[in-house]
Amino acid sequence: MIPSLPRPIWLRTATVAYLIAFLAFLFLPLAVVAVFAFNDAPYPAPPWRGFTFDWFLGNAALGRTGLFADSELLGSIWTSCIVAICVTALSALVGMTNAFLIERGRFRGKQALSILMLAPLVIPGVILGISILAFASRIADIADDTFGLELDFLRPGLPLVVLGQFSYIATIATLTISARLRRFDRTLEEAALNLGASKAAVFRTILLPYLRPALLGSAAISFLMSFADFNTTLMLVGADTPLTVMMYGRMREGATPVLNAVSLFLMIASAVLALTLLRRGGSPRAKPAQ
Amino acid sequence: MLKAAIDPRWHGRLALGLLLAPALLWLGALIILPHVDLAVLSLRERVGPRQYVASLAQYKTFFAEPLYWHVFLRTAVMSVIATLLTLLLAFPIAWIIAKLARGRAGSLLFIICLIPFWVSETVRTLGWMILLRESGVLPALLVKLGLTAMPVELLYRDATILVGLVYTSLLFMVVPLVSSLESLDNTLIEAAYDLGAGGFAILRSIVIPHAAPGITAGCIVVFMLTLGNYLTPTLLGGKNSQWFTEQIYTQFITRFNWEQGAAFGFLLLALSTALVILGLRLSGQRFGDVMRRT
Repeated sequence: MIPSLPRPIWLRTATVAYLIAFLAFLFLPLAVVAVFAFNDAPYPAPPWRGFTFDWFLGNAALGRTGLFADSELLGSIWTSCIVAICVTALSALVGMTNAFLIERGRFRGKQALSILMLAPLVIPGVILGISILAFASRIADIADDTFGLELDFLRPGLPLVVLGQFSYIATIATLTISARLRRFDRTLEEAALNLGASKAAVFRTILLPYLRPALLGSAAISFLMSFADFNTTLMLVGADTPLTVMMYGRMREGATPVLNAVSLFLMIASAVLALTLLRRGGSPRAKPAQ
Repeated sequence: MLKAAIDPRWHGRLALGLLLAPALLWLGALIILPHVDLAVLSLRERVGPRQYVASLAQYKTFFAEPLYWHVFLRTAVMSVIATLLTLLLAFPIAWIIAKLARGRAGSLLFIICLIPFWVSETVRTLGWMILLRESGVLPALLVKLGLTAMPVELLYRDATILVGLVYTSLLFMVVPLVSSLESLDNTLIEAAYDLGAGGFAILRSIVIPHAAPGITAGCIVVFMLTLGNYLTPTLLGGKNSQWFTEQIYTQFITRFNWEQGAAFGFLLLALSTALVILGLRLSGQRFGDVMRRT
């Protein structure tokens, strides 16, 4: 019931109890990950054996490999960053051209095209992964058979991972940027044109500054989603493993708290990103992990 | 004057072409053609080295081998259960955010609810594993409280998979629910109350019809994501997870049987598309409107 109507005391109590339980459910998994990054034990499990920074700073001499000495893990973070930067740049670019196409363009089949642009969001990530894998391999095979060309970038590896993630993250960038472009007051643009500004000048001095929050917001979301993507990446990955796939492999084997350490690092990094974005007034919505 | 010599209509077409190119390249090369190729792949059978004939053998294997369609059905049923549980759990919090909390408290609570989802699913699943495994936090707590004599293994159960799936999906339910509940006019509820309606009647005849678009949007997205999830079922369910995406992975990557994997992929895609359409039909929504809500 809403506040303006009388609410019985049992309902108020139940609401508060539910709220507390809900928040506990939400934050408990993250809290244990953070806490056990500092436990002085070889496995992230109770009991508590004292506080340590070993899982961050440890090295071979200490007998424990901490995050900053784990070159495999650091390498995978770097791989994830490169992939995420490529995906973000591609998505922002295509998202912007799509936004202008949908909001400004007039052509037959526009309705159908804009519906088609939403399709990647309802195709499971695993299927996006296998379809791109199969199609890229077919093209690589054809190139090999008919022209004797070795197109290595079409074999499982980082270029395919970038394309796979881009295939659905582009939709999110398109939605974010076109939502803002739709609310743009076109009289501003007409005024500038009437005053003699060229189309390029209007784009640079009026449209681009106006779209900036949406561009930054969609870039942050693209980066996070790319960093967190697992399903599509798993199908397309080659020799270089991004962080999520690396963590998955280690979690299956039962890893040391170094995984907690890297997780804590991720939490802090994404919290910082989220807060900067909120301060700038961007959209707080995330759409992670498809 | 060179500028005047260029026909403005031609100019407009050039601009349109330049804007169309990235969209067509993206959708054509990464969505449409790969899926056509996948369909072709699923409809052929290997008869010798590099020799293939068109056949329905891959789909026949699916129906002939009980393991495959059992896992398929199980994945579908578990996904439906997970979606309903997510809706039940998310509705009250969405109500609190949209109706009960006043002013800044509401948006603050909303942001707090979104924070965990900025962190990747891998990290969240790691948290659940630390909490639930035999040597984990909750079994140790149960022993301490005297509820169990020995630590119990809480991982690798169906209920655990459901907990993980619901947890991962909450955001996608809370966001559309909050936006559809916020637009509900409080005076309607007050009027119904003044006319003598009870809480349940108000919920059934005012709140739910109004929130239907948000409920549909949330359910569709959650169902689709749950069905296609790989990480949560395999890590929290272990060998007992029996999730259909795992079968696809096995065929594609482990066994290198791409024809069979492609057929499985198409079956999963068909199931998810069918339920999306069913959801839209049941609530009388349009696809484009629903997707823009999420």
